[in-house]
Amino acid sequence: MDALQVKNLSVAYEEKVVLQNVNLTIPVGHLTGIIGPNGAGKSTLIKAILNQLPNKTGAVHILERPLNAKDHTVGYVPQRNAVDWDFPTNALDVVLMGRYGHIGMIKKPSAKDKQIAMDCLKDVGMEAFADRSIGQLSGGQQQRVFLARALAQEAEVYFMDEPFVGVDAATERTIIAILKDLKAKGKSVFVVHHDLQTAADYFDWIILLNQTITASGPTEQTFTEDNLQEAYGGKLFFMDQTKSNKTFN
Amino acid sequence: MLTGNLLWVLIGAILLGVAAGLNGTFAFLQKQSLVGDAAAHAALPGIAIAYLVFQQKDLPILMLGAAITSALAVYMIQWIVGNSKLKADAAIGFVLSVFFGIGIVLLTIVNQSSAGNQSGLNDFIFGKAATMAKSDLVWLSSSALLIILMCLLFFKEWKLMIFDPVFAKGIGLPVERLRVLLTALTVLTIVTGIQAVGVILMAAMLIIPAAAARFWSNHLGIILVTSAFFGALSGALGTIISSFRTGLSTGPIIVLCAASLFLISYFFAPTRGFISKSLKKKAFKQRNVVKEAANHE
Repeated sequence: MDALQVKNLSVAYEEKVVLQNVNLTIPVGHLTGIIGPNGAGKSTLIKAILNQLPNKTGAVHILERPLNAKDHTVGYVPQRNAVDWDFPTNALDVVLMGRYGHIGMIKKPSAKDKQIAMDCLKDVGMEAFADRSIGQLSGGQQQRVFLARALAQEAEVYFMDEPFVGVDAATERTIIAILKDLKAKGKSVFVVHHDLQTAADYFDWIILLNQTITASGPTEQTFTEDNLQEAYGGKLFFMDQTKSNKTFN
Repeated sequence: MLTGNLLWVLIGAILLGVAAGLNGTFAFLQKQSLVGDAAAHAALPGIAIAYLVFQQKDLPILMLGAAITSALAVYMIQWIVGNSKLKADAAIGFVLSVFFGIGIVLLTIVNQSSAGNQSGLNDFIFGKAATMAKSDLVWLSSSALLIILMCLLFFKEWKLMIFDPVFAKGIGLPVERLRVLLTALTVLTIVTGIQAVGVILMAAMLIIPAAAARFWSNHLGIILVTSAFFGALSGALGTIISSFRTGLSTGPIIVLCAASLFLISYFFAPTRGFISKSLKKKAFKQRNVVKEAANHE
């Protein structure tokens, strides 16, 4: 079973091409990092897969079916700065939003939905902040709330856009532990990530992206110096240092 | 003092205030308050055209005309923002003044016609709740009740749509349709209130109670209830005060009442009010001074 299949996906904003001819096939059960330089189209790739962009061509299948929000198969963590954190609501309420797809229009959340939301807050270590208004949370805490909301979706495939940006070290450890736990439960997780230092530790599958896919596969096969230089257009200085270190050793 | 008609007027004003307070909170959080202002001004040409076409001043007919030009104005603002380099503020200012200008021209034409100067359409500019007929108030009240009901039904969906539209779309909410519904209800709120409050100041009923209520809580449910209460209170006070002295229009009095509530909220609200915030800042500084002193010892 494939978690994600992308065929000939291209995206343009106005006249600028952002993604060109992207093709991907990734089996279920992997924790996948989407890696590439600034402007490579990483966030755009996720948004296009989730059917959020009008100007796209190509086909996307998730769990070998076209995306249908009513299936509740996909969970999503947007970039933290994508929302207005001064919005009047509290942490538990935001997590509960992850249940809205299951609850349905107009109906109220049930006691069970609230219990699930509370459990998800517990999973990210935020149960003590359930009643705290979201504007009063730190960046790391906001990110945990977003992750809890995605967990509350009880999805099979998760997409996360830069969940490690601007968070403290403890939050980063909590998030990666939860992602590995999701993988252990057989879920598939896709994470936009920009820190090359941690990428190989965090992910067992790597997609290297720079407007098109330059490599995709198990980390030990794809996360190589040559592939990285190709994705980053030969601008990776620290890679040269590691090379010279190797020759000295 | 509370004659039969004034009681009806009061009920109508309170329902209108609740409807505008609820709907206005969603528009305010969506940062669409000024679109409401343009939509309200744009109701004027619709009223004049409806009168010129049908030669009647039945409220439902005038409301229909107002709704059409209001909705057209909102659509034009969205079209300009979507299809040109103009930003929302310029588009709103442009559409508001053009529609209002057309409205004034048409109103002058109405007033110059023989029957027109008795039509009372001028009252639509600043509002005249106290002299509304009972049949008109029934229209106003049912329309306000419909708006209140819709705001309660779609509370959860609008909350998510405004907070995080991308996520909302991702879980299968019909975000575009919800947005259109909210805009349509804003137009309906305006159209409902124009005779009582007037086109120029109707937007104040959408904006001020919501903005004042925001100081009192960080919880959307509480903000909605507070905003509805402020709207109802301003509506009731405005109507009562303007009915005491026949020379006063309702709209300006309602705005003054709402603005007073806003000022009280701004200074004295315990959650986000000015005084409460200053005190918190001061306490925080003092604690740090004590801490630093302790560190130096």
